[in-house]
Amino acid sequence: MSILDKFEALRHAHEALQELGADPFAVCFDSVASATEGTVAGRPVLIFGSNNYLGLTCDPEVVARGVSALRAFGSGTTGSRIANGTYLGHRTLETRLAAFFGRRNAMVFTTGYQANLAMMSTLAGRGDHLLVDADSHASIYDGCRLGAAEVIRFRHNDPTDLARRLRRLEGEAGDRLIVVEGIYSMLGDRARLAEIVEIKRAAGACLLVDEAHAFGVLGENGRGAAEEACVEADVDVIVGTFSKSLGGIGGFALSDLPGFDVLRLACRPYMFTASLPPSVAAAALAALERIERTPSLRRTLHANARRFYDGLAAAGFALGGEAGPIVSIRLSDTPTAARFWAALLEAGVYVNLALPPATPTLEPLLRCSVTAAHTTAQIDYAVETAVAVGSHLGAIGERRSIDG
Amino acid sequence: MPTEAEITETIVIRLRALVPPGVEIGPQTSIMGDLGLDSLTVMNFVMWLEDVFDVSLPMDRIVEMETVADLARALQSLGAKEAS
Repeated sequence: MSILDKFEALRHAHEALQELGADPFAVCFDSVASATEGTVAGRPVLIFGSNNYLGLTCDPEVVARGVSALRAFGSGTTGSRIANGTYLGHRTLETRLAAFFGRRNAMVFTTGYQANLAMMSTLAGRGDHLLVDADSHASIYDGCRLGAAEVIRFRHNDPTDLARRLRRLEGEAGDRLIVVEGIYSMLGDRARLAEIVEIKRAAGACLLVDEAHAFGVLGENGRGAAEEACVEADVDVIVGTFSKSLGGIGGFALSDLPGFDVLRLACRPYMFTASLPPSVAAAALAALERIERTPSLRRTLHANARRFYDGLAAAGFALGGEAGPIVSIRLSDTPTAARFWAALLEAGVYVNLALPPATPTLEPLLRCSVTAAHTTAQIDYAVETAVAVGSHLGAIGERRSIDG
Repeated sequence: MPTEAEITETIVIRLRALVPPGVEIGPQTSIMGDLGLDSLTVMNFVMWLEDVFDVSLPMDRIVEMETVADLARALQSLGAKEAS
């Protein structure tokens, strides 16, 4: 008997995956040459499985600014901002983020996960109602569990179902907070914000949009799905992260709500964790400035994404969502997905293997992501390799119906 | 308002479609434990029931429910309307 016995089923599932020749949890990048190239077990791979949408992880200026702050402020803050003080880098980053999004208030967190934990658990309290999209990220669900509000799921990206659930709450006391994501991370589909905003207004609810995957990617200025849908004024709280298009780590929450700053004294995931190392804050700020200065990065990203998506679609793959930086190949069964993933890695193309129940549908996915840093030659090689492997495994054209 | 027995019957009929033929299902059947349904299937099943009875089951209530009878009682206590 062991305290770990309860994980027996999980262990067996992992072993079954290993027997198929795939162990995505064992992948270790032992070197990184650029935003798109690294080595795994000594062999070169093209990275098509990241969230490095603008390719800024290796941007010379981003790296230099991080190094400079590392030298000036040391390796870490060793404590929380509430107990151990704020550093200049935190404050500057918050000011610049607020300006970028045109919001009054900005709060920076140590991770995006914590930003969601903080907002879900604190904004909605006992007697309030959280209405969350069923395909929400784990950090949203975990934040809901950390708080005391009643949590109701609505069908993924289904404004009608959201409206129905708000109607059922009529007459009940408490605030309503609707939670959606700008871009959903597994299939890359976008929130139907124009319709959701109408429903939010009619119900007198608050709306939080997690722009983790859309920040730097969507909208004329890269402010995300709300900017793209022209509904920013109706979004009460924006959550985001520095770990995707900004290439670092950290999270943030933004709002125009008067008195938003009081949350610094109420959000446990803000108060009881060490704050961002100054080097990370400085690198994130450098990346933000790069995004502001270089809108062409976004255009390159979308052109690359289109090339990759169209290449796979033309070959007959069943793809999830829409053409965008996240392109997921939908497969019928786990053994095929595992062999597909392993063969791609063997051929030098790294993508992400996503298996149910961590996928929004009950099917396994090969989640691929495209960045502004990929060259057309790299994209073409990845497409050709996927087509060759997919043909060999009989995984092309087996599921032509695409319902997102 | 439907009775608990009527709600139970609706649940059982629907669950039969999700498991292999011949599997016994009754009020004391554990939905995940006995039927081996994964959490995603259960959540989708619950959403279907919510539509049928026009109620929303908060997530903390869903976590507490184990058997078919637990689910039927929860739906009834929330004011389940006639099955549509």
